[in-house]
This record gives sequence, structure tokens and C-alpha cells, in this order.
Amino acid sequence: MTDRAASKPNATWWTRHHKLETNSIFLLIGVLIAISFGGLVEIAPLFFLQSTIEKVEGMRPYTPLELAGRNIYVREGCYLCHSQMIRALRDEVERYGHYSLAAESMYDHPFQWGSKRNGPDLARVGDKYSDAWHVAHLNEPRALVPQSIMPKYAFLAKTELDFGLIADHLRVNRAVGVPYTDEMIARAKLDLKAQVDPDGPDAEAFLSRYPKTKLRKFDADHREITEADALIAYMQMLGTLVEFKLYDDKAALR
Amino acid sequence: MQQAVAKKSMHAGEFGLVIFFGVTALLCLVVAAKTTEPAFAFHAALGVAGSLVAVFAIFNRYYERPAAEPQLEIDGKPNYNMGPVKFATIAAIFWGFAGMAVGLIIALQLAYPDLNFEPWLNFGRMRPLHTSAVIFAFGGNVLLATSFYVAQRTCRARLAGDLAPWFVVLGYQFFIVIAGTGYLLGITQSKEYAEPEWYADLWLTIVWVTYLLVFLGTLIRRKEPHIYVANWFYLAFIATVAVLHLGNGLALPVSVFSSKSYIAWGGVQDAMFQWWYGHNAVGFFLTAGFLAIMYYFIPKRAERPIYSYRLSIIHFWAVIFLYIWAGPHHLHYTALPDWAQTLGMTFSIMLWMPSWGGMINGLLTLSGAWDKLRTDPVLRMMVVSVAFYGMATFEGPMMSIKVVNSLSHYTDWTIGHVHSGALGWNAYVSFGAIYCLVPWLWGKRELYSLKLVNWHFWISTIGIVLYITAMWVSGILQGLMWRSYTALGYLEYSFIETVAAMHPFYVIRALGGLLFILGYTLMIYNIWMTIRMKEEPVNSAAFTPSFHPAE
Repeated sequence: MTDRAASKPNATWWTRHHKLETNSIFLLIGVLIAISFGGLVEIAPLFFLQSTIEKVEGMRPYTPLELAGRNIYVREGCYLCHSQMIRALRDEVERYGHYSLAAESMYDHPFQWGSKRNGPDLARVGDKYSDAWHVAHLNEPRALVPQSIMPKYAFLAKTELDFGLIADHLRVNRAVGVPYTDEMIARAKLDLKAQVDPDGPDAEAFLSRYPKTKLRKFDADHREITEADALIAYMQMLGTLVEFKLYDDKAALR
Repeated sequence: MQQAVAKKSMHAGEFGLVIFFGVTALLCLVVAAKTTEPAFAFHAALGVAGSLVAVFAIFNRYYERPAAEPQLEIDGKPNYNMGPVKFATIAAIFWGFAGMAVGLIIALQLAYPDLNFEPWLNFGRMRPLHTSAVIFAFGGNVLLATSFYVAQRTCRARLAGDLAPWFVVLGYQFFIVIAGTGYLLGITQSKEYAEPEWYADLWLTIVWVTYLLVFLGTLIRRKEPHIYVANWFYLAFIATVAVLHLGNGLALPVSVFSSKSYIAWGGVQDAMFQWWYGHNAVGFFLTAGFLAIMYYFIPKRAERPIYSYRLSIIHFWAVIFLYIWAGPHHLHYTALPDWAQTLGMTFSIMLWMPSWGGMINGLLTLSGAWDKLRTDPVLRMMVVSVAFYGMATFEGPMMSIKVVNSLSHYTDWTIGHVHSGALGWNAYVSFGAIYCLVPWLWGKRELYSLKLVNWHFWISTIGIVLYITAMWVSGILQGLMWRSYTALGYLEYSFIETVAAMHPFYVIRALGGLLFILGYTLMIYNIWMTIRMKEEPVNSAAFTPSFHPAE
């Protein structure tokens, strides 16, 4: 009956739709076609456009310690309260600094731009506070900021950092597009230790691999490398790689 | 007995699943032994235990079952398979309570930070537990239960597969347990609404593809020439969620003995993938799937046909075509290119129209039956849910406008918007469906108490109103404080001052959440008493509900 209706010369759009209503496979294919346009148009160009793939002077992959710190940031779900994306709006630029560039998160797997600010944006928190401030703040946020609603993270300074697999972490990052060299991967474990040992023998070689890196014991209260060391190393570099006095914001325009 | 056992043999599905679970148990055992992460070892051990229980259950069922496979029809009537539907219904009720309770706790944590207990019960680990539990555990089980029910009834066919529907329902519960315990133990990808790590994602993929096959198989078996409109929405939901999950979840594990993985996409591309996924988790999980519920349960309960069949056709294709474009409105004024933001905003605004088309189709289905709103609180709950759907799908496009978004983004306004959709629309239509389903499934004439449904409705409605008004005020207030300047041209408020100003609204929000949960406990009691009710079982196909005045 439906076929007859569809084959009539005056078959309307509505009767043609019977084909989809009466065949589940056609319907499934129709759905897949309908949902494919949006994603293709919006996502695919981002892999080719200058403004989304530009390389900006100063950007480098995370050091092993920073990467380990970033993984703690990811593990604790910090992004649920702290964004890392300064929007191009007057008040945000005045409060947090230069608006965020796509290039500044190009080595971020996953991105941590966030969607809610229960706490302030952290895209440029690096160098804003001292290491001691961060240690004390993680230990008891309300000791420094009485109205803060942040949970305590005192356990980070008491937990030794587990970095047995750090070379594998770098290797997998390279597989997804972060330009770690063979040398960086081979020396990942030593580099991680070198960053908290500024007077050590590996410091200079480490700095040649990761320029503009902060070398020091971030969590000075503990001798061993703690999770607080890693997290603070990560936070202290956030937003500090690109020199905005030199950045040409017209370069990406076409 | 001996003879029966001798005659019957395991069918391919049983045999294949035993092998599958045997191999899974073995793999999990190796991982549990070799990993250095205690949390991952715990999950691997759960994998071993779950697989062994599954093997045992399959053998147990095999020895208990009759030799012949269940008939597709008995006396010309479809022999429906309602076991998995019942299970998913109860699971939904359980997870819903758990998820909402966690929601109340995290709401209180924002008002009273001393309620954080590091490391397991800190806000950052609890919040994904709340969102996953209410969206994927509660909502997901409601969708599993209703889709398996609706597909069978509207196709007049038994659910495809013998063990497959059970594999889907139980496998999904296992995914929930792995995902939820993972967050608390610190295993997360920290991609919003896609937090589970690679191995949980892999497991979900297997379960989900089976779900698609069971659903499609049931449609193919149908005795009706047409596929009922609710099933289009279910099919779009299942297929699209599979596509989104695969695209957004693509990740490379550090090693098979590590729970940690790195997402294939980085930076701005990852952001776009994430919100393509994230917004369509709303569009297809929380909208298309729940619209399917609307399209079956409202006409059924109101005993009226769908208002307009043609409107449902337009509504369906427009919603699924437009929704997928809306993602970039989560990334306004960010490093995402401007054209993509504008495209996302434009499609979000266009989306308003088909959304309201769907709302109108749902509401006008009550033409000639509006009086039932006075007497049937279950129908009232579902109709109010459609009204909330209309409200949320107006607010959403409005918030997607860039200038509005510059104020609302990063604030509680977003949270309020989500909850007017999640509580008002998703939860209410789910409650309506559960109140309908339970008497049908357990063969009761009507619910234990319609009066309790009425109480549930009013208590939770007051809860929603408190919740969303508090979030409107706090969101707009904080957004305005952030951009407020003094006469001298300096920013007027430090960030922490804007946090301190939120406190009263966080308390009111928590109170709203508490009321919503209070209403929910009435539902649990009502459902419990309905199932336990002693009465002659009725033929669910033949009964007509008898309505009593609610007050």
C-alpha cells in the first residue's frame, strides 16, 4: 500500500517518507547522514586553519615533572572549578592577563579549558604566587583565603610522586602529536628528578631540552618528590611560556 | 530431568558469551596481577569477579531453562521479554536516588567547604560521580527500560536476542560501577560527561553496539508495517551516542597495565570534539531519547493519539540535523575560531523552533483530555515535564547568543539552566514513565497511591523552583560582579568577593535539591508498595486505568 502511494506521480514528500518509516536500515542510514554534516563542517577545518594550528614562539612540551603535575590536575578534576581559558573580554583580560591563544593549549591532551568558575581562571596563574603560598594553600585554602570554598589537598604533599612509567607517558604523548624527542623520552625519569635539583649534575642538560623552565624544589617541606611538587611545577608554568611583548597577534590573520 | 538435560544443548549465544567472559576473566586477571596501580588492580579484580559471575549465571540459567528457546508468540500474541525491562526500571530508581544524593552533597560542599573529605570525597571527584550517576545511570537505565518496552509493544514483537538484552542491561550496570568508583579513586579523563577511562569506554562500546543490535533486531522483527515515531527517536539516540562516544573518546593508554590514557585530540581540536560530544550528549541522550518517552507515554496515558504525525516527522529530522551543530556555543570568545562560534550560535537559535515543535506536539496530544490533568497526577507530571522542556529549549538558545553568553558562561546560570532541563524535563518525564511502567510490568491495576504521586509532584516542583531561581540570581549576580568597574575604571570586585556573595544562593539551591530528593523517596515508597501490592494480576494489554481525584 505504501509503495503504491510512493510510486504515484503525485506522490508527496510525506508519502516518500514512508520509505524511512517502514525500513529500519534506511532510517538508520538517514540518521547517520543527518548527523554527519555539523561535525564535519565544524571540526575538520580546525586541523588545517592557521589560527588553530599556528606555532607560537616559546611553546614547548611539558617537562616530565610538569606533565606528572598536569596528570594530578586531571585526576583531581580541578577543571570542574577552574577554567584555563581567558576570553577576549575586557574584564577578563584585566583580571587574568592576555586572552588565551589556541597555541597555548596545543600540547594539552586532554584540553582543560573548563566550563565553570567556582574559583578563578588558572590559565596564567604561573609566577603569580610563591611556591610556599601554593604549598600552604593546597594544605588549607582557608588559612590564606578565609572565604575560599576550595577543598583541602593536604594529602598531595604527603604522597610521594609515582613516576615509574613517565617515559611511557612521554612516548604516548608523542604518538598523539606532542613533539617529544627520543632523547627526552630516554631521559624522562632523570629529567623529572633534575627539575627539583637545581644544583644537580643533570640541570644544565635538562634546561637545554626544556628552555624557560623553573628548576627548584617546589614543595620545600619534603625531601622526597611529592605530588605537590609536580602539581605546583605545573601551575607555576601555566601561561608563562609565550612572551606577549613579542607576540604578533596579527600573524595568524589571513 | 535427566532426559531434558540430555536433549537440550547450549545455543551459539550462550556458548559464545561463556567463551567471551572466560577470555575477559583471564585478561583481567593478568592485568590485576601486573599493574602497579592499586585502583586499576581493583577494577581488574572486579572484571574477573564480574566475568566469573556471568559464566556461572549463564550455566545456571542453561540448566534451569527449558530445552526449547522461548516462543516469539503464544496464541498469536507476542511473547514479550520484560525481564530486562523490569531490571532496568529498578536500577534506574536506585541510581537516581544515589546520583541525586551525591548532588545534594556537592551542593552542600559548595556552601560549606568543610564537607569535603580528601582525597576520595573532594568536590572534584564527587561532581563527575553526580553527573554520571544522574545522566548515565539514572537516565540511561530509564532509556534502556523504556526503549526495550516501547520497541516490543509498538512492534508487537519479542525483544531480539536471548541473552543479549540481559548482556546490555547488566553490562551497562557494570560500566556504571567501574566509572563511578573510578572517579572516587582518581581514575578520570577529566573530559566533562566523558570522564571514564579507556577500558571503561571500551567496555561501554561493546555494550552499546549490542544495544543497537538488539534494538534494531527488534524493529526488524516487527509485525507492524510502520516504525512508530518513538522508535525513530530511540534509534537516533542509540546510533548517535555511539558515534559521539567513539569520536570524543579516542585515546591511547599509557600501557595496558595503566588506567591512564591520553586523548588523541589536543587543545582547540579536543575542545571542539568535546563540545560536539558534550552538547549532543544533551541533544541525543537527554533530548532524543526522552522525546521518545514523551511520544509513547503521553499518548498512552492520555489515551489520545499524537497531535500531528507530520509535525513529528519535521520535528524529528530538524532536531537531529540541527542539534549536532550547536556544540561551539560552549566555547564563545575562546580560542576557537570566530566563524565556528557564530555557526554554533546560529544553529542553536534555529534549534528553538523544532524543539518547540516537539513541545507543541506533546502538549496538544492532550486536546480533548485536558481534564485529566486535574485527576491524574502522573499525566500532570509528564505534561509539566514537556513545559519545562519548552522552557529549557528557549533558555538554551538565548544563552547561546554571544553577548548573553559573555555574562552567563562560567557562572551558575549554566548550572541552573541544566537543572531546569534535567530535573524539570528529564527527571519528570522519567518519573511519569516509571509510574506508568511499574503497574504495567508487574500486572497491577494502578499505582499503590496516586495521592503520593501528587505529593511527589508538588514537593519536587517547589524544589526545582528554589533550585533554578537561586541559580539564576547567583549566576547573573556573579557575572555582573566579574565585569563591574569602579568610577576610576578599576575592576570593582576581587574574585573571592564574588565567591563569598554566592553563599546564600548555594544554601537555597541545596534546600531545593533536598526537596527534590524528598519527593523522590515518596516515589520509591510508592513503587515499592505497588510491586508488593496483593491483588489479582490483570492482563496489562486489556486494562484501562481508573483515575481517582488526586486531592
